Amino acid sequence: MTPQPESALATVDATREALASADYLASDAVATTTYLASTLGKPLLVEGPAGVGKTELAKAVARATGRRLVRLQCYEGVDEARALYEWNHAKQLLAITAERESSWDAVRSDIFGEEFLLARPLLTAIRSPEPVVLLVDELDKADEEMEGLLLEILSDFQVTVPELGTVAATTHPFVLLTSNATRELTEALRRRCLFLHLDYPDAELERRIVQLQVPGLPETLAASVVRVVGALRDLNLRKSPSIAETVDWARTLLALGADELDPALVRSSLGVVLKHQDDIATVIADLDLDRALAG
Amino acid sequence: MPSPAERGAPSRGAPAPDALAERLVDLTTALRGHGLGVGTSDVADAGRVTRVLGLDDRERLREGLASALLRRSGQREVFDQVFDLYFPAALGARSDLADVELPEGDPREVAEAIRALLTDALATNDERALEQLAALTAERLGELAKQPGWSAAQALDRLAPQTAIAGAMEQAQARLVGDGEGGATSAQGGGSAGSGGGAVGQGGFAESLARDEMRSRVAEFRRKVEAESRRRNAELRGRERIARYAVRDSADRRDFLSSGSRDLAELRTTIDPLAKRLAARLSARRRQAARGEIDVRKTLRRSLSTGGVPIDPAMAHRRPHRPDLVLLCDISGSVAGFSAFTMALMQALSTQFRKLRVFAFVSTTDEITDLVRDADRLADDVVTTALRTRKVLGWGASSSYGQALDSFVDGHLDAIGPRSTVLILGDARSNYGLPRLEQLRTIRDQARRTYWLNPEPARSWDTGDSLAGQYARVVGMHECRNVEQLRTFVGRTLAG
Repeated sequence: MTPQPESALATVDATREALASADYLASDAVATTTYLASTLGKPLLVEGPAGVGKTELAKAVARATGRRLVRLQCYEGVDEARALYEWNHAKQLLAITAERESSWDAVRSDIFGEEFLLARPLLTAIRSPEPVVLLVDELDKADEEMEGLLLEILSDFQVTVPELGTVAATTHPFVLLTSNATRELTEALRRRCLFLHLDYPDAELERRIVQLQVPGLPETLAASVVRVVGALRDLNLRKSPSIAETVDWARTLLALGADELDPALVRSSLGVVLKHQDDIATVIADLDLDRALAG
Repeated sequence: MPSPAERGAPSRGAPAPDALAERLVDLTTALRGHGLGVGTSDVADAGRVTRVLGLDDRERLREGLASALLRRSGQREVFDQVFDLYFPAALGARSDLADVELPEGDPREVAEAIRALLTDALATNDERALEQLAALTAERLGELAKQPGWSAAQALDRLAPQTAIAGAMEQAQARLVGDGEGGATSAQGGGSAGSGGGAVGQGGFAESLARDEMRSRVAEFRRKVEAESRRRNAELRGRERIARYAVRDSADRRDFLSSGSRDLAELRTTIDPLAKRLAARLSARRRQAARGEIDVRKTLRRSLSTGGVPIDPAMAHRRPHRPDLVLLCDISGSVAGFSAFTMALMQALSTQFRKLRVFAFVSTTDEITDLVRDADRLADDVVTTALRTRKVLGWGASSSYGQALDSFVDGHLDAIGPRSTVLILGDARSNYGLPRLEQLRTIRDQARRTYWLNPEPARSWDTGDSLAGQYARVVGMHECRNVEQLRTFVGRTLAG
């Protein structure tokens, strides 16, 4: 089975435009790797700090290509039954009770049929007749065994269900895995993927993102919000502000009716951007906010 | 079956396919030399990437190859440097510099002229001009006098780009006032500082913001000059050589002992994410260790209700063991960087330990647990403060492991209990003093486990005044030259 290149993602520029039309402004790196993942038919592993748009990228790809998004949210202890498939035990019991008269052989072959199979995200993505976008979110939260389970899917796009045999994909899903790097993923998994490190966007791109998300924001205010957030990210904070927080801040400032960013305003609304009291204290000391206010 | 994009003819000016394949293989060999695990299948992927993307757009090719060859985030810096060598931006002297007029001859005058242009470029943040100036700086100021070649250090030394920051800031502010944008902010604050940063208010706030931005622009400029000199040198002396010797390793593979203050500052920013990853690893290992042991008594008692058949096995609950950690750190000159990093890392990991106590020594030992704990509130860094305020110096200013062990056993032995893990940090170079092995044995016998982390490469142990071999016969000694080795050690041994 060869990958079927998505017409919406036919070149790097087309990819960038398709993502933009899905309200996702992509950097050169994002557009290039997304295009490669689609063309080469390889899964894409996206790593980076929280809130830079890793999950959003998968949603945007789904919107841009008109595919369905199948999402597997990982957490500690997620297992085969949650990720792949499960037998519907209650229904099987009902079937056995209902068919008490029939022979054992008939019942046995019956209750392990399609009807009693509960497909979880991975199986859903593989069996789907239309190509889908499969998002495996926050893979670093799952246990290492989970990665072993994914290997067969990532390299051959097939899964093996003991009672049914091997189910191979008829269409090629676009697979995107995200990780916050709280745990090192195994080498075996990394080798099967293209790798994209998604970092905070540069100032120009972030300003465009903010203006896209907060219509009506004056241009100068957007520029200064992005500047200040950029400076905050350079400080050694416990939690650096993400794009989502930049957008939230811009919304707050717009709601406050501000048209420029002065120290008093920064200080009073810092809580929107920073989520730790220590961080707020650090920033006030480091950016000289008090001096600016007193002056 | 090739997809439409793959069928595209090779782009103009592209090397023959074989040459390109060879170039990719050379590139990956150079990456492997810097510790990046690049497999054969990755090289095949890289080949596919070049075929699909073509060679027209260098930055896209860079991103594409990075996605195929890299496996984790910290490897990008090395990759960029190597990529610049194997897919250079230009050959020989750049031809796009003709429109910049510079005086001939005296490097001081040239430096002056470039600095003036740099000030303009920084003030307007003109990226193309910065790129050009970096190339010019390397070409005109970096050329070595005695032998063919280019030196970025010499060029940056002559130019001193950081001196352009103040001028650039003034210019940027003047421009804003000229635009009339600054006028809008004059309503508040003392006017003396001038209005800076457009809509970002005034005074210290705007100024420190602008200065930070200028600084990072200058840092970027320095990197460009370095890349340009590497490129020119590679043409002169061969890519392989330059890729091996002139490419800076990623932060976690740089030697502690040869790290400068800039490297150490860079390392310090990696402590928090590293601590988070290690903590996740340690607690995962503890959880795993707690699973799987069957409590026979409990299982038998439960089996009574099922007629003696152990249907429902009971697992033993193991009390999680969190060790008491005792650090014994040499903070004399050469190893101070290594000790400081390890102390900060252990402090960041302190939730993983029941208790953390830190002792420092040069020639006698004193406790500095409180300094490490409140490192954020100190005016100086921990080592400087400890040297000034604690009794870590005995008779001389040079380190003496014998005396240090003596004074630890005399004064602080009660810090070590049966649950303690002791880590000794140091290069075991005792300036020809007595080793006092029996004191180390005392420590070892009283602790649960004792390890020695030595930042020197194992091959230079036992050379000169090193007592590494003698100490290594008493406690396990581990080579710990860089963050990577330290991380491996912590992940393996401190889980409990």
